[in-house]
Amino acid sequence: MRVKVISRSNDEFTRERSQDLQRVFRNFDPNLRPLGKAVEYVRALNAAKLDKIFARPFIGAMDGHLDAISCMAKNPNYLKGIFSGSMDGDIRLWDIASKRTVCQFPGHQGAVRGLTASTDGRILVSCGTDCTVRLWTVPIPTLEEFYSPGKSSEPLAIYTRQNAFRAVDHQWDGEQFATGGAQVDLWNHNRSQPIKSFEWGTDTILSVKFNPGEPNILATSASDRSITIYDLRLSSPVKKVILMTKTNAIAWNPMEPMNLTAANEDTNCYSFDYRKLGEAKNVHKDHVSAVMDIDYSPTGREFVTGSYDRTVRIFPYNGGHSREIYHTKRMQRVFCVKFSCDAGYVISGSDDTNLRVWKAKASEQLGVVLPREKRKHEYDESLKNRYKHIPEVKRIVRHRHLPKLIFKAGRLRREMIEAAKKKDERRKAHSAPGKVVTKPLRLRRTVKEIE
Amino acid sequence: MADDLEAKVKKYLRGEGANLEVLNDKKLKTQLAIREDLYGKSAKAAADVEKWLMPSEGGYLEAEGIEKTWNITQESIAREVDILSSKNQHDIILPDLGPYTVDFTSSGRYMAIAGRKGHLAVVDLKNMSLVKEIQVRETVRDVVFLHNELFYAAAQKKYPYIYNQDGTELHCLKEHGPVRKLQFLKNHFLLASINKIGHLHYQDVTAGQIVANFRTACRSDAMRVNPFNGVVSLGHSVGTVTMWKPTSSAPLVKMLCHHGPISALAFHSNGHLMATAGRDRKIKIWDLRKYDTLQTLPGHAISLDFSQKGLLAYGNGSSLRILRNNSDSQSYERYMSHSFLKGYQINKVLFRPYEDVLGIGHSMGWSSILAPGSGEPNFDSWVANPFETSKQRREKEVKSLLDKLPPDTIMLNPSKIGSFKPPRKKEKPTKEEREAEIEAAVTAVKSTEVKKKTKGRNKPSRRAKKRQESIAMAKRPFLEQQMEEYNSGQKRKISEEVQLPPSLQRFAKRKVV
Repeated sequence: MRVKVISRSNDEFTRERSQDLQRVFRNFDPNLRPLGKAVEYVRALNAAKLDKIFARPFIGAMDGHLDAISCMAKNPNYLKGIFSGSMDGDIRLWDIASKRTVCQFPGHQGAVRGLTASTDGRILVSCGTDCTVRLWTVPIPTLEEFYSPGKSSEPLAIYTRQNAFRAVDHQWDGEQFATGGAQVDLWNHNRSQPIKSFEWGTDTILSVKFNPGEPNILATSASDRSITIYDLRLSSPVKKVILMTKTNAIAWNPMEPMNLTAANEDTNCYSFDYRKLGEAKNVHKDHVSAVMDIDYSPTGREFVTGSYDRTVRIFPYNGGHSREIYHTKRMQRVFCVKFSCDAGYVISGSDDTNLRVWKAKASEQLGVVLPREKRKHEYDESLKNRYKHIPEVKRIVRHRHLPKLIFKAGRLRREMIEAAKKKDERRKAHSAPGKVVTKPLRLRRTVKEIE
Repeated sequence: MADDLEAKVKKYLRGEGANLEVLNDKKLKTQLAIREDLYGKSAKAAADVEKWLMPSEGGYLEAEGIEKTWNITQESIAREVDILSSKNQHDIILPDLGPYTVDFTSSGRYMAIAGRKGHLAVVDLKNMSLVKEIQVRETVRDVVFLHNELFYAAAQKKYPYIYNQDGTELHCLKEHGPVRKLQFLKNHFLLASINKIGHLHYQDVTAGQIVANFRTACRSDAMRVNPFNGVVSLGHSVGTVTMWKPTSSAPLVKMLCHHGPISALAFHSNGHLMATAGRDRKIKIWDLRKYDTLQTLPGHAISLDFSQKGLLAYGNGSSLRILRNNSDSQSYERYMSHSFLKGYQINKVLFRPYEDVLGIGHSMGWSSILAPGSGEPNFDSWVANPFETSKQRREKEVKSLLDKLPPDTIMLNPSKIGSFKPPRKKEKPTKEEREAEIEAAVTAVKSTEVKKKTKGRNKPSRRAKKRQESIAMAKRPFLEQQMEEYNSGQKRKISEEVQLPPSLQRFAKRKVV
């Protein structure tokens, strides 16, 4: 007879001294954990609910400008700083952490319409409706700045031209910057005259953006509803696409620099491949009024938009609908938005003279997160992802409280789109097969492409 | 070796993967394929690390030569095993207060015992010490631990009561009435009871509300929870077994198992096997996936229990037997047997979790014997820890409350949770479909050849008439159906025939006189 029975001595399974850690034994046998799927589902549901409970995206407002904020610029070299220009010609440098003005740059006589900082973060370029381009030195942030707010700075240079400027952007790699207004001008830090000027048509340039990957590629949008691509090595613009409505702002995807997203007047954003402007890759729709500004997260996975409907939305770069909407009672028309350089925050500037700081993930925990907490958050995140299609979880995750006006406007838009679709279907049903062709929205909004 | 690993991987895969072939969505297919691949990898990783994570091997009892395992006595086993294990063999003789029933905590460290004549006690089996004993001075029919060793419920003469470890009465659950059997659903924190008049009650022990109260229409002596899905099964005196969930007042399953009252029930931990014993001197083992008998054994059983490793114990009178699943013939065969002195009446047999021990409550007290190979050798500290400290216990209580499942997660197949129903078929056919159906029926009639009849009956006009009639006959069921639908729609409208409250009568349609 051979016999063995389970025998556990106390010493093997308990700690020796009270200072030791408790001993842990694992057995992942599914039979020991019955109803595993039900437990997981309940956890996913709880995670979704907790996410909603902790969703407090608004961090604070930065108050100081006397008129509507018209433009903003990130300082690529300094995470906490952000520049903002207002309609009364005031430019300020803000410290986001303390929500205070660090420095002011007075001088513009009219509205500031464009702001940009060089990649090394030393020089700030501003332009405005007073037909001037101004270069400023950016103060290097030191400790004492925090205790002496209200410091002001003198411009390095002032260049005056005949026409008002609408936009400015600095090259990612180099000393050049481009301004947009009556035409596109290319400037160097050290020259008082533009090195180069481009013109295609007579309409005003609304926004200018350099490609983050290729320093010689430039995209602009103009009030003739066009998006134009320029190559600085050539003497004339490369190509142009005309949409049905005008594009207010452009942003390049920093991780996939052949893609750009256009914030359009018709409430949608359109993602294009700049080599193939004829068709949009994606249409991002959710806003109910014109989209005024757009900025990509440095990760390239999502972008933020600000709209005339007084909301800020965050879209995935490849998704048709926004994942987040931010609004407050006091926030008016949003004219400019920026993603912070660490992809953690969103800053919006609006008509009510305030800059607002939001979290990019509404329920993210601020401050130090312990490793255990972090693992818990990761686990919750993956649970939500796994059960996102289940109606109970989906309902909680998707729900956003909207202001009544926006809710109603959204509903109205959906009804209108539905009605148009229905009409189209009926028209198709009552005409010869193949005669009526429905083009998808991403093709429908393009008028023509000009090479 | 490779076979062994494969079996282990299969265990961790928790069932079949999704069938990706039927999917049309390419993107979804790729995503799911990646996911399935990940599941496979994680199962393999879990199987690989088993040899380090789970060092202990299970117990066994093997015969040598001509001897048979069922002839090996407890005394001879005791001679072979170590002192620590031989302590697990004991008989406690309390002849005055029996028969006794027993229950173990999920970690197997504590045992609650209840004597029919009011003796309640909690015993710490690790230190072999009595935690507390009380005398309630009335009949006690059943005892069950709640989520941990601090609380237990006892089914007494008129009502069940909840006591804490010190023997303080915390609650009297009057709604349950004179309860026969009690069961506790650990994941759902539900206390289920069946009383003398056949009412099944579910009570949430965290909030205290009665979750469900069903009349089961028949007296039952056996009640067990299927640990796999939380479904409560009742064995009735007419020989049926019914399965219940708290969200439906009709039983999920009703099966006739024996020609006579059912005396005992037990479930395998993987949820596929059920054992029933009836007064018709039969013990049956059922496959719960097919609801079919796998095996019928002769014998009486007052109490049945499956161990964690799948041994089946049944006791009757003063003798008990342990059966083992023979992997070759896929059937339960004799493994061990044990008998007490004449005059002992076994009341309850229960395997102790994570130990090779069988606890027995009988008319003369309680006993425990060694059953090598019955318990899971490796415990998980986060599931059930026999060496739990009070701090760990407190933490686990909070964790398990956070993971408490709502009552509607109890269902026959719990793997359905988190899955989608296939898209529902259209209820009503569209107009075109209906017309097409009629058309098909008419053409079928037209295409049939008409028999040549005798002379006088074979006029062309008659033939045409006959054809018309047959077409009308073919159309008729469809038209009738349409008519019916139309009428039922009409009925829904408010008419004067329907008795309305006087305040609403003026809105009703009036008949034109």
